[in-house]
Amino acid sequence: MTGPTQATMDLVARRRRADGLFACAGAVLVVLCLGVLVLLVGDLVRDASARLHWSFLTNYPSRKPEQAGILSPFVGTLLVMLVTGCTAIPLGIAAGTYLEEYARKNWLTNIIEINIANLAGVPSIIWGLMALGLFIYGFEKWFGDPGDEVFGLGRSILTAGLTLGLLVLPIVIVATRESIRAIPQGIREASFACGASRLETVRHHVLPYSLPGVLTGCIIAMSRAIGETAPLVTIGALSYVAFLPPVPGSVVKDIDGNVMGHAGLFDWLHSGFTVLPIQMFNWVSRPDTRFQANAAAAGLVLLTVTLLMNGVAIVLRNRMRRNIQW
Amino acid sequence: MRTLSAKRPPAPLHADMPARPVEVTAPEDSARERANHPGMRQAPPQPGEQDAATPAPASLPIKAQSTDLHFHYGKFHALRGITLPVYEHRITALIGPSGCGKSTFLRCFNRMHDLYADTRYGGSIILHPDNVNIVASGIDPILLRMRISMVFQKPNPFPKSIFENVAFGPRLRGVSKKRELQDEVEKALRGGAIWEETKDRLNDNAYRLSGGQQQRLCIARSLACDPEMILFDEPTSALDPSATLRIEELMRELRDKVTILVVTHNMHQASRVSDYTAFMYLGELVEFSPTARLFQTPAQKLTEEYITGRFG
Repeated sequence: MTGPTQATMDLVARRRRADGLFACAGAVLVVLCLGVLVLLVGDLVRDASARLHWSFLTNYPSRKPEQAGILSPFVGTLLVMLVTGCTAIPLGIAAGTYLEEYARKNWLTNIIEINIANLAGVPSIIWGLMALGLFIYGFEKWFGDPGDEVFGLGRSILTAGLTLGLLVLPIVIVATRESIRAIPQGIREASFACGASRLETVRHHVLPYSLPGVLTGCIIAMSRAIGETAPLVTIGALSYVAFLPPVPGSVVKDIDGNVMGHAGLFDWLHSGFTVLPIQMFNWVSRPDTRFQANAAAAGLVLLTVTLLMNGVAIVLRNRMRRNIQW
Repeated sequence: MRTLSAKRPPAPLHADMPARPVEVTAPEDSARERANHPGMRQAPPQPGEQDAATPAPASLPIKAQSTDLHFHYGKFHALRGITLPVYEHRITALIGPSGCGKSTFLRCFNRMHDLYADTRYGGSIILHPDNVNIVASGIDPILLRMRISMVFQKPNPFPKSIFENVAFGPRLRGVSKKRELQDEVEKALRGGAIWEETKDRLNDNAYRLSGGQQQRLCIARSLACDPEMILFDEPTSALDPSATLRIEELMRELRDKVTILVVTHNMHQASRVSDYTAFMYLGELVEFSPTARLFQTPAQKLTEEYITGRFG
């Protein structure tokens, strides 16, 4: 009985050293990355600390930095996200499901597939230009007289939401497809073998089982949309907004305070708006450095909203995933 | 309304059925078949050889008759003229080396190939009692799958509760009342010999079950579809020996209720469970006889070589 030779032991020792070295390098890099992140957030919190107060959320922007708040951009961000979510998520899931479960694989679907992948990489400013040309000028030109506010969607929450919706649509589609592709073919066959139609298979099996992945994709998409600035600047988001979009059913008054009537259910969609990143940019570019703290505080709010969204999604996803395993 | 169309036609009495050949060498055009496919010779039945569980073939109605069935995956000609009867309330096993087309043949019976692009059927499979050619293009595969269900190689329960797995078939057939669903589920789980193990945990996820239990659940799921025929595609190849034995016993029990067509990789399994065995090779049917005869006195040299393990 002979043990391993010296050469073998040397070889194993050398490989162990390489292994340890790699683990060390990885750990150092992780600490470095996390460190930078912690520093950034810490810096943000320090800058923002002076302005972190409830009134910061409930005040409109103001020329006086200590009175300025983010009520209108915060509400604007939430409403634009609502429109974005309501368009991009159903459209994206439907498109992804169709491409995976219904469409025959041929040259046409190949072209569509390549285009969707490319669209995900189009710079956001291009989407802004497209939206300006399509939703604002295009609709005006095709459906009404120039300058006619009825047909053009205008510089509104609706336009902003649709623009961001288009921007993130490819993300939702790709995530949906990936998630659907992960479902074993045996599950589909089992469903069909029981006598299910395609729709029943999708409704009872494909969509429920792909939901965790789809949800992740949707959150990535919304997190991307919430931070977008360029396309909204292009379509003419305002930079100083001292009003909120009309609440459905509320009383609308003209400049002199005369009652004009009641706001319709969807009037808020046509309201002018601003969003948090634009407000931040506006404050950062002011010469008065006291506005910097406002910008930092707004950034912190934006970060918190994004993290909250992610957190809720992760909890939901884990809860759903518990029941799904292959 | 699917529910109505899916209702089974009244159970046919043998006497009422259209005159159909009922011997083992039954195919109407067997002479032509032999001329076309010299490789395929079906030995004439010899009643004395029948194993005890297999009554004399003269009394056997046919559930489905495949005649000169061809199948193409794109340019690949996978089935080359299969002519084979499937007897009612009997277990027919399909054996043969990998790639011989036995699964392909099986999946013609519920038109599973329709899910994939670029596939083509030729010839016919006549399903009795209503004498429809189920591979004809005018046949709705969904309607067909309402009558013929399937159990797969790898247990593939849905990642839902045990109850929901079995209830899926009845739900598709329009059963929506909770009470009726419960009855159907219990009946199917009993039929699948898994009721005792699952009755207290119907709301558990099906993936908590062991592999063998999952496969019996899948059998229960297909039973809940109230099928006339069940297709088994190597149902035990992913299971351990004791689970395999359980499934084989179950198949023997189910024989009285449904017609069974089973693909197996395991010749011992074929000889243990089946009444008739078909040996396929390279997309053709080499031999079809009562199981005992095929294994004891194969008529074809190729069959003998395969069952004695000289290839495959």
